[in-house]
Amino acid sequence: MEGWVIAIIKVVFIWVWVLLIATVMTWVERRGAAMMQDRLGPNRAGPFGLFQPLADGIKLFTKEEVLPKKAHKVLWNLGPLLFALPAFSAYAVVPFGDKIILGGKEIILQVSDVNIGFLYVLAIGSLAVYGIVLGGWGSNNKFSILGGLRSTAQLISYEVPLGLALLAVVFVYGSFSLRDIALAQQGTFLGFLPNWGVFKQPLGFILYMVAIYAEANRVPFDLPEAESEIVAGYHTEYGSMELGLYLFGEYVNLVTLSTLVVVLYFGAWHIPYIDISKFLGPVSWGIVSFLILYLKVAFFLWLFVWVRWTIPRFRYDQVMGLGWKALIPLALFNLFITALFIQLSA
Amino acid sequence: MNQDPVSQVDQERLGELVTINIGPSHPAMHGTLRVITVTDGETIVKAEPEIGYLHRGVEKLGENLTYHQFIPITDRLNYCSAIPNNVSYEMAVEKLMGIEVPEKAQLIRVIMMELARIADHEVCVGILGVDLGAFTPFFYLIIQREEIYEIFEWYNGARLTNTFGRIGGVDADLPDDFEERWRELKPNLRKANEETEKLLTHNRIWMDRTIGVSAFSPEDALNWGFTGPCLRACGVKRDLRKDEPYCMYDQFDFNIPVGEHGDVFDRYKVRMIEMEESIKIIDQAYKLYKEMPADAPLKARVPKVIKPPAGEVYSALESPNGELGFFVRSDGSDKAYRIRIRPPCYMIYQAFNDLVKGGMVADLIACISSLNVVAGELDR
Repeated sequence: MEGWVIAIIKVVFIWVWVLLIATVMTWVERRGAAMMQDRLGPNRAGPFGLFQPLADGIKLFTKEEVLPKKAHKVLWNLGPLLFALPAFSAYAVVPFGDKIILGGKEIILQVSDVNIGFLYVLAIGSLAVYGIVLGGWGSNNKFSILGGLRSTAQLISYEVPLGLALLAVVFVYGSFSLRDIALAQQGTFLGFLPNWGVFKQPLGFILYMVAIYAEANRVPFDLPEAESEIVAGYHTEYGSMELGLYLFGEYVNLVTLSTLVVVLYFGAWHIPYIDISKFLGPVSWGIVSFLILYLKVAFFLWLFVWVRWTIPRFRYDQVMGLGWKALIPLALFNLFITALFIQLSA
Repeated sequence: MNQDPVSQVDQERLGELVTINIGPSHPAMHGTLRVITVTDGETIVKAEPEIGYLHRGVEKLGENLTYHQFIPITDRLNYCSAIPNNVSYEMAVEKLMGIEVPEKAQLIRVIMMELARIADHEVCVGILGVDLGAFTPFFYLIIQREEIYEIFEWYNGARLTNTFGRIGGVDADLPDDFEERWRELKPNLRKANEETEKLLTHNRIWMDRTIGVSAFSPEDALNWGFTGPCLRACGVKRDLRKDEPYCMYDQFDFNIPVGEHGDVFDRYKVRMIEMEESIKIIDQAYKLYKEMPADAPLKARVPKVIKPPAGEVYSALESPNGELGFFVRSDGSDKAYRIRIRPPCYMIYQAFNDLVKGGMVADLIACISSLNVVAGELDR
C-alpha cells in the first residue's frame, strides 16, 4: 500500500475511535454520576441507556440555532469550532499502540511520529481556550464574558506548570517524540521499578494531573462554566449543535489528555515486568498493545468522572493562587531536581 | 429602591464597573430572588437585593379567609418546611383565644416540626453544596428528605404543603407504625449526614470556599435582626425553643450549637449539628408520647366557627430558618382583621449587601445559599 493510503486509514480510524470513546464517555459520565449519587441515570434508550448519546446527538442536531441579537456573528460561530477542533488535532501525534505488521509492511500505530510531537501537543492544547474566550465574547452576554475571562485567568495559571512538568519528562527520556518516550518506558530501573514516567517523575505526574483537570475545564476547575454561579459561563447563549460541539469537545479533550497521561507517565502499551510482544505475532501484538493502552486510558477517563462528582469547585482567585503559589514553584523545583539528578548520574 | 445602583457607587470608577443582574431567573437564585450587583471584575462593589417577585398577597388573603381556611395558605410560606408555618399560625390563634392545647397534640407537633426542621436543613445544606460545585451530597440528603416526606404523606396525605394540625390541636394521631418507620429512618439520616460531612467538612476546597466567606459579627447580626442558624453561627446563643419554650420544648434535653465567625462554614456546621439535635428531640418526644394514654385528647374543645375575641396577639416559634412569628388582630368576626407574618429570612436578607460586599461573585452564591433565603416567605 502507498504511504498516504495508510496515513488516511489511520486518520479516519483514530477519528472514529476517539469520537466513539467520547460518545461512550458522555454515557459513562451520566451513569457514573448516577451510580455515585444513588440514582439510576439514563436507562431508557437501548440496553442500559447506551443509546442515550445518540438520542442527545439527534436532539442537538434538530434544534434550532438561535443567534443572540447583538452577538458578534463571526466570533460566535468560530468559538465552538476553535474549541472542538484542537481536541481532535492533538491526536495526530499521540500514539495509539505500538506497531502492526500487515502484508510485510510495518505500520506504526500513530498518525504521525514527528520529532517535535511534544511541542505540537502543547501548542494545540492551549488553542482550545480561544474557543472559550471568543465564544464568551461573541455572545454579548455578561455571564459569558465572565466565563471567558475566567478561562483566560485559568489558562495563565495552569499552562506554565503543565509545560514545566512536561519539560521534566523530556529531560528524563531525552526526546520530544511521543513514540520515543513511549518506547523508552519498557523494562525496569533500580532492579524492580517499571521504567514508567510516574516512577521517574512522581512529583511531575501529580502536577501534570492537576494541570490537565484545569485544561479540561473539569471540576474542581470548571469555573468558566460554573453553572450555579454564572449560569453556564461561556456557552450560556449557545444552543443546537454549537452547544453540542462545546459539550462534545470537552469529552474529546478528556480522551486526548488521558491518552497523553498514559503515554507519558503510565508506560503506554507496556505491562510491568513482562514483555508480551515476544509471545504474540506481529498482528496480534498490534491489537493487544492498542487494547492495553486504552484500558489504561479508560482508568483515567473514569478518574475524571470520579473526581467531578466528589469535590467542590475552586474560586477564581484560588485557582490563580494555586497555580502561581504552589504549582509553578513545585514544577520549577521538580525541573531543578530532575536536571541535577541527570547531571550527577551522567 | 428603583434607582440605578451604579449611580450610588463611586462616580469616578463608573467606567470600570459592570452591573450584573443576577436573577430573578438564575440557577442559584432559589426561586425568584434578584440581586443587582455592581462588580469590578468579579469583585462585588455593591449588591442590591430586589424582592417581591413571588409576592402573592398572603397577608391580605388572611383577611378574607376564615381562620381555618388560612392554614393551607401558610404552607406556601417556607415551602421547604410547611409544618412549622402551620403550627406557628395555629399557636397565634390559640394564644388569642386562650386555648390550652392537649399535651399529646403538642408532642405530635414537636415530632412533626423537628422532622420538618431536618428536611429543611437537608435541603439547605444540599443546595449549598450544589452551588459550590459539590453535587453528590445533595442526593444523599435529598433521598433522606424524601423519606421524611413519606412520613408526612402517610400522616395526612400531603408531602410538601402539609396543612398540618388544626386550631386547638391536631386532627389525627400518629399512625401505629410510626415507631417502626422512625427506627428505620434514623440511622439513614445519620448516615447521610455522616457521608455529607466526609465529603465536605474537611475537604480543603470546601474549607477554602466557606471559611471566612461573608463573615458577620454578632453585634451586626443582632442589629440587623438575624435569627435562627444564621444568628447562632455568629456566636449568639438564641433559640426560641430554649429561651421562650413552647410546645413542651422545656422538657427536652438538647443542645444549641453556636458558631464563631458567622461565615458560610459556621452556618453549614450549625445546621449539620442541629439535625442531630432534632433527632434527639424526636426520640425524647416520642418517648413521652408513648407514655400518654391511647385515648388522650388530640384537640382542645374549640367552637366550630372560630371567632376569637377582639384583640391582637404576636406569637413566634423557632422555625428552621429562625424566628417565624404571626401577628393576628381580631375584631371578633370569623375572619382576621389583619394578619402580619414575620418571616426570618426577610430580616436576614436585608443585610445582604453588607454580607457580600468585597467578596466575589462565587462568594455571593455561597452566601445566598447558606442564608437559606426562601422566596415564598420572603415575599409572602
